[in-house]
Amino acid sequence: MTNSATISVARNAFREAIRDRVLFSLVFFAVLMVGAAVLFSQMSFGISAQSLVNFSLAAITALGVIVAVFLGNQLVAKEIERRTLYTLLAHPVRRSQFLLGKFAGLAATVAVNCGLMGVTLLLALAYVLPGHWAAGEAAVIAALYLILLALAVLIAIALLFSCFASPVMAALFSLAVFIIGNFDQNLRRLGSTAHSWLGGHAAIVVADVLPNFGGFNVAAAAAHFQPIAWRLLGWDTLYAIVYAGVALVLATAVFAGRDLK
Amino acid sequence: MLAVECIELTKDYRAGFWRPRPVRALDHLSLAVEQGEIFGLLGHNGAGKTTTLKLLLRLIFPTSGEARILGQPAGMMARQIGYLPENPYFYDYLRCRELVEYYAELANVPARERRRQVAWALDRVGMAGAAETSLRKCSKGMVQRVGLAQAIVHQPAVLFLDEPMSGLDPLGRRQVRDLILELKSRGATVVFSTHILSDAEQLCDRVAILQKGRLAGQGRLETLLAAEEDKVELVFAQAGPPQRRVVARAELWGQLDQLRAQGAVIHAVTPLRRSLEEIFLSPGAPPASGGQSAAAAAPAAAPVEARRR
Repeated sequence: MTNSATISVARNAFREAIRDRVLFSLVFFAVLMVGAAVLFSQMSFGISAQSLVNFSLAAITALGVIVAVFLGNQLVAKEIERRTLYTLLAHPVRRSQFLLGKFAGLAATVAVNCGLMGVTLLLALAYVLPGHWAAGEAAVIAALYLILLALAVLIAIALLFSCFASPVMAALFSLAVFIIGNFDQNLRRLGSTAHSWLGGHAAIVVADVLPNFGGFNVAAAAAHFQPIAWRLLGWDTLYAIVYAGVALVLATAVFAGRDLK
Repeated sequence: MLAVECIELTKDYRAGFWRPRPVRALDHLSLAVEQGEIFGLLGHNGAGKTTTLKLLLRLIFPTSGEARILGQPAGMMARQIGYLPENPYFYDYLRCRELVEYYAELANVPARERRRQVAWALDRVGMAGAAETSLRKCSKGMVQRVGLAQAIVHQPAVLFLDEPMSGLDPLGRRQVRDLILELKSRGATVVFSTHILSDAEQLCDRVAILQKGRLAGQGRLETLLAAEEDKVELVFAQAGPPQRRVVARAELWGQLDQLRAQGAVIHAVTPLRRSLEEIFLSPGAPPASGGQSAAAAAPAAAPVEARRR
């Protein structure tokens, strides 16, 4: 299998996102950051930086989730609906290459989006904490990296749902998975303390099957400029690769035998 | 080696939500298309033309039967295939040139040849002057032309065109007809579906007529259009305005002798040809077997006449 088709599809998916003005969210974020920096700079030294980092990481995650879910669930459905997929698959492009290319294109879009928003955040931090901002730089960059990993997993899940559900249902499923996945620890606690045997086991199974998005969230530590352990970064990287990989393999299996009516 | 071969190709869909039941879209279709032929798939809406093309392109999968292209199972020869879907829609955030370049890239046209090939394809469909136009700003006819350009940019050996004249003005239709003939002269095989019979009459070496998913007939056009019922039209004048009479070929000489004996002047004796439209619209029932074998359908074998009830 050649990868040239995958790269071509990825490049086109990235170009589509750029030309569909997805990165306009950056302008919105930049304005938000300028406003937040001005507002938080009025607070006391420590609180202003904590609030800015917390607020910014939450905003980056929210914008990233919107892009990942609402573009991710359209990746396949829109191509089928508009029949652009027909001409694409008539060329020497395998369905797995198409899916992988779409995933890579959207992941690249989200990475550029997050990266540029991260730069804006670091500039805002430099404004709020002149001369001191470098102390928190590593923690913030690590937090941004983990957000990106979480979004990559979410894109793979959105892609999987888009292979068999309508765009609206795929978006709802993906959002539900993201929200539930952020409460992984609560689900496990519920599972171990539930009075009902069935309810307890169901909670554990859901926690095991759905990705643990809460594990990627280190905003609190980053806001306090606490160093993020390399071990955590490595483990989360591996977790994201495996989870996204499994989701993509399942998506390929579902999509491979699907009739494009 | 045949360019395209369908062997007892059958496709069932499941219809209904609560109690899905199979609906047969294509029923044991057997076809054979020789290399270098222009082959027309004719039929009403829902006859199975697009289903056949999709099965050949592996966009859908057969319930039973087999599709082969250039001797290989369908899907194995994608590099040799070009395809234009019906009423195509393309990525409207691209310019025409970018779109054709993208498809050239997917078709593995070498980078050093890509620019030239793209320029050639756009020129052949009359879009060279609009290469930098955004697809958002293109009319339906322009999109159709760009669609043709992406289908031919890698100079495929087999071209599948689903209603290629759809949305084109008379000039555009003429250009597409010329293009199809040019591709044939270069050795390409063209399979196209249409319900515009004049296009089929002008272009096709052979056609297949589909009705309700079954093969109602296939063969060379001249055979299909020939006097199936062996009728002849006589035009004569007998002390008055010219009259027209249709007689069986076997009765021709007797009729002529009779008319001459009555002093009639014979103006014309013309074998009757059925128009393709007559065949197309005739209430012909598909053969009970659901068509012939691909081998029997090959042009080398005896051409098969359109079947009528």
